[in-house]
Amino acid sequence: MSAARIPPAGTPGGSILSVRNLHLAIAGRRRHTPILRDVSLDIAPGEVHGLVGESGAGKTMIGKVILGIQPSRARITGGSVLFDGADITHLSERERRRLMGRGLGLIPQDPMTSLNPAYRIGGQIADVLRLHLGMNRTAARARTLELLHDVHIREPERVLRQYPHELSGGMRQRVSIAIAFACRPKLIVADEPTTALDVTVQRQVLALIKQMQAQEGASILFVTHDLGVVAKICDRVTVLHGGRVLEAGDTRRIVEASQHEYTRALMAATPRHDRPGDLLQPVPETLTARLDEEALAYDAAYAAAGTHDG
Amino acid sequence: MAEAAAVPGGSLPHGQGSALRRMLANRRVVLGGAVLLFFALAAVFAPLIAPHDPVEQDLLLQYAPPVWADRAEPGYLFGTDNLGRDILSRLIYGAQIALFVAVTAAAAAGLLGTALGLLAGYLGGWVDTVISRLVEIWMAFPAVLLSIVLVAVMGTGLHSVIIAIAAIDWTRFCRVVRAETMAQKQQDYVASAVTVGLGRMHILWREILPNVLPLLIVLFTLEMGIAVIVEAILSYVNLSLASDFPTWGTMIADGRKYVNQAPWLMILPILCVIALVLALNALGDGLKDVLDPVMRK
Repeated sequence: MSAARIPPAGTPGGSILSVRNLHLAIAGRRRHTPILRDVSLDIAPGEVHGLVGESGAGKTMIGKVILGIQPSRARITGGSVLFDGADITHLSERERRRLMGRGLGLIPQDPMTSLNPAYRIGGQIADVLRLHLGMNRTAARARTLELLHDVHIREPERVLRQYPHELSGGMRQRVSIAIAFACRPKLIVADEPTTALDVTVQRQVLALIKQMQAQEGASILFVTHDLGVVAKICDRVTVLHGGRVLEAGDTRRIVEASQHEYTRALMAATPRHDRPGDLLQPVPETLTARLDEEALAYDAAYAAAGTHDG
Repeated sequence: MAEAAAVPGGSLPHGQGSALRRMLANRRVVLGGAVLLFFALAAVFAPLIAPHDPVEQDLLLQYAPPVWADRAEPGYLFGTDNLGRDILSRLIYGAQIALFVAVTAAAAAGLLGTALGLLAGYLGGWVDTVISRLVEIWMAFPAVLLSIVLVAVMGTGLHSVIIAIAAIDWTRFCRVVRAETMAQKQQDYVASAVTVGLGRMHILWREILPNVLPLLIVLFTLEMGIAVIVEAILSYVNLSLASDFPTWGTMIADGRKYVNQAPWLMILPILCVIALVLALNALGDGLKDVLDPVMRK
């Protein structure tokens, strides 16, 4: 938090994104409610990094902090988020805007509400291109068509003139993906991008994200609750519970030989194509209760340490 | 929410064609719109269609009854008043004033209320607190009394009437727009707009405002109806234009004195006020139904 500007050379391990001991709490009337507890994760250039956890684990909040769209009552109480070597947790609005588009992008969760209902598809994509790449109208239109083509939208000329409500959920999500990749950002936060879609469309959209990622070479932070999806698309995984990182590592190792009891429980609760006969096991309540206790113990220790520091 | 958003057809900003078609399928929109159009055409073409000068007096032709009564004077469809002025012509010119006040006052109230409502809803925090408290204090005053006081302070005249209506009724716009802005702000497209690097004010005016627009159209129509009534009230108590100028309110006030000899002097302008206000309310309600399902995603 103290070192606001670290030169890119000093980035740990050449990461594009490095979350360092991030603590975040929601400010209440009486006290702060901790949401993130000492979260650290690194994403290398070109890496697809899965962020897995149940609802309430804080995974979406991490994505929001990276994008600077966390709720106004959320307070970062410790740690830093280094993007390209610079701390981005305390940027001014102007600095933040410069970073968006070319630096950071978002693939949102719900394609039904993530596009502005008042504007045509073409305009929404072209606006981004003109804003960040300074394209003129014709160039932006040409690039928009190219992007729509890239995300496998048929008849891009027609879709260009359509409004979001005229498209299906899958189509809209393709448009959102096109917008996210439009300015070739270095890192894209994909916040449960397939959760709101039906299963057949999910697979296509996943394949599309993977293809666009390979084509453009962006890194992706893939936020999801679905270990099955993670196994398909992610290079590395961070498992989150109660705002704490329980385990992190290569996807293959995590999926096949997890070191943590919770990850294994999560795996047992995830439907698997390779073992269709298996019964799904809910995550045992004794385990989650124990993890919650650990989290509270951590809060107490962190608060005590904070008071000692002054 | 996913199912609700998949409503077929579009709101006004979505697809002009489909929205227009749905409006034409709504009986209240068509009926209200037709009556409004009737008055609007009369107002715009008043000099062409009015058979007489609305202020020209003919003392030999006092209290001529309307055409359906006995002893009706040819050429004076709705008869004449105590000074022999043609009622029809006065009603037509009265529509001019009524609609002018309705449009300008509703626009002024709408501009002020919408701007403040957008800011309160979008920025929240102390801005919201200040604006919302202001609205609450404002609404505690009885509207008609406040308008009479305002006009009395500013002096009579059309501009005072318009300012008074705008100064009172901006709160209607402000409250509704604030609530809708808060709802729109929660939509993911606003977060998306932030993540592509659009500025706050750009998001407010260019991303959120277009989605509040359907609501504004409804509010504007309803506010026009209110403005017509307030203008009639203020001219009735002689706080609007000079009394020889034909406003519906002054006509009602003048007619009241002769209600025993010539009831049409009072009845006809009252019918005009009722018809126009009913038409505007029907239009507003109809538009609300047409635009609502898309607005409330």
